[in-house]
Amino acid sequence: MADLYQIEDLRLSLADMTAKPLFGAAPRLEILKGLSFTIPKGAVVGIVGGSGSGKSTLGRALVRLLEPSGGAIRFDGTDITHLPEPALRPLRRRMQMIFQDPMSSLNPRHRVGTIIAEPLRLHGFDAIPDRVARALDHVGLPQSFAARYPHELSGGQRQRVGIARAIALEPDFILADEIVSGLDVSSQAQVLNLLERLVAELGLTLAFISHDLSVIRRLCQRTIVLYRGEIVEDRPTADLFADPQAAYTRELLDAIPLPDPAQAWA
Amino acid sequence: MAEAKAIDGRSMVRRRAGLRLWLSAGWLGLLCIAALLAPWIAPKDPLAQDLFLGRMPPVWVMGAEPGYWLGTDSLGRDVLSRIIHGARIALMVALIAGTITCVIGATLGLLAGFLRGWVDLVISRLIDIWMAFPPVLFSILLIAVLGPGLWSIIIAIVVIDWTRFARVVRAEAMAQGAMDYVASARVAGRGRLGTMLREILPNVLPTIVVLLTLEMGIAVIVEAILSFVNLSISTDQPTWGGMISEGRASVHQAWWVLVFPLITLFLTVLSFSQLGEGLKDRFDPVLR
Repeated sequence: MADLYQIEDLRLSLADMTAKPLFGAAPRLEILKGLSFTIPKGAVVGIVGGSGSGKSTLGRALVRLLEPSGGAIRFDGTDITHLPEPALRPLRRRMQMIFQDPMSSLNPRHRVGTIIAEPLRLHGFDAIPDRVARALDHVGLPQSFAARYPHELSGGQRQRVGIARAIALEPDFILADEIVSGLDVSSQAQVLNLLERLVAELGLTLAFISHDLSVIRRLCQRTIVLYRGEIVEDRPTADLFADPQAAYTRELLDAIPLPDPAQAWA
Repeated sequence: MAEAKAIDGRSMVRRRAGLRLWLSAGWLGLLCIAALLAPWIAPKDPLAQDLFLGRMPPVWVMGAEPGYWLGTDSLGRDVLSRIIHGARIALMVALIAGTITCVIGATLGLLAGFLRGWVDLVISRLIDIWMAFPPVLFSILLIAVLGPGLWSIIIAIVVIDWTRFARVVRAEAMAQGAMDYVASARVAGRGRLGTMLREILPNVLPTIVVLLTLEMGIAVIVEAILSFVNLSISTDQPTWGGMISEGRASVHQAWWVLVFPLITLFLTVLSFSQLGEGLKDRFDPVLR
C-alpha cells in the first residue's frame, strides 16, 4: 500500500517566551527532535505519550497548523513542510482534524448546520444541504440538530458534530487529537464505536492521538510511542502490548487500570 | 427518533425580555418620538422669551402659570419645550458619535487582537499614547480649533473615545482567537479575513453592542459637559447641558430650571447603559 504521509527527521521548535531576555531573541525550545515515520493509506495509527511528549504538536504539524523548523512532511507525494497558507488551502479538504475540546472547537454562535456546511461551501461543494444531512446521519444525530447551537448539546453530541464536520469534506486523512478525553466513559465508548465504523465505511486514514493506551489498543493497528519529542517505539499494537521494548512504554502500560484491582493489590 | 425527544430541555429555554429592556427601550423610544415631532408636540416655542413670565414654577406648585407644565426659566422660556427640543441634539450626538466611534474603535481593536504581530504593536502603542491625553482638555482644545457646532462635538467624541472600543475589543478578539474554533476554521481552509469576520466578529459582537450603548450614554454626557462650559452649540439651539448651566445660576430661586433637564439627562444615560445589558440578555444565544 502507498504511503499517505511520509515524515522525515521532523523537527519543531518554539520560542520560549518565559526565558526571553530583556533584549534579544528568546531561546528556542525543541518540541520535536527528529521524527521519522510513515502512515500508509487506510491505516489507523495511534500516537501515545504523556503530557509534554509532543504528541499534540506532532498532530498540529501534520495538518500544518504549525510549521516545522526542520525535516520534511510529504502528504500524498506533495511536500507540505513549508507550503504557504494559500497553496495549502486546496489540500486542506483532504486532511481534516477533530479537536479535543468540542465546546471550544465549535463556534458558539453558529448553528450546527452552519458549522458543518461552511467548510463545504469554502471548498465549492454542491448539494450542500444534502451533504450536511448525510453527515449528521453518519454520526447518528437527528436532522433537527442542524438548527441547534453547540451549547444546546451534550459533550458526546458535540464531539459527533466535530466528527460530522470532518467527514463531510470526504477527506483522505483525519487527525483525532485526544477526542474522547473530555467525555464520560459511556460517551467515550459511543464515540469510539462511531469512529471505528466510519473508518471502515469511508476507508479513512486515521491518526489517533491519546494518552490512554487502552483506547489506542481498541482502535489502532499500529502505535507510535512518543517520549520527550522522540519516538521510542513504532510497532504493531498487538506486539507492543505483548512485549513492550522501551521502559517508558511499560510505564504507560502499567498505568492502565486493571479490571480486577484486588488482584494487583494482593 | 426517540433521541430527538429524549435530549434535555436546553434548547427550549427562552429568556424573557425583562423589565430592564422594556423600561430603557420605552424611555428612549419616547425620547425619539419627542425629538422627531418636537416642533409639533412642544407646547411653546422653546426660544420665545417673556420677561413677565420669568421663573414661573411647575404647574403643581403655588403661583404657576397654566400652560407652562414644568415652569419657565429666568427669561420666561418654557422648560418642557426646551427639554423636548434639547432631545434632538442629545439623540443626534448619541447616535452619530456613538456609531462612528464604535465602527472605528471596534475595527482597529479587532484587527489588533486578531492579526497580532506588528499591526497589534502599532495600534496598541497608538492607544497608549492617545490615552495619556487628558480627555476634557483634549476635547476643549479640539473644539477651540474646530469651532463650536454639532459636528465639532461629534468629531471630538470620536477622536477621544475610540480607544475605549479598541482596547476592549482587542482583548476580547485575542481571547477568542485562542479558541479551537479558529484553528478549526483554518483546517477547513478559511482565510484570515474570513475567519475574522465570520468566526471572531459574531463572538465579539455582544461586547460591542454593550459598549455601543454605553458610548451613546457617554456621548450625551460629553455634549452636556461641553454645553455646560459653553463650547457646544450656539445658544439659539436649546440643549440639556446649556439648560443645566443656566439653571445653576438661579438654583436658589428656580430649582426646576436645573432639576428637570438633569433628571432627563440622568434617565437617558441610564437607559442607554441598561439597553445594552438588556439586549445582550435577550438576544445572545449563548446566554440562553
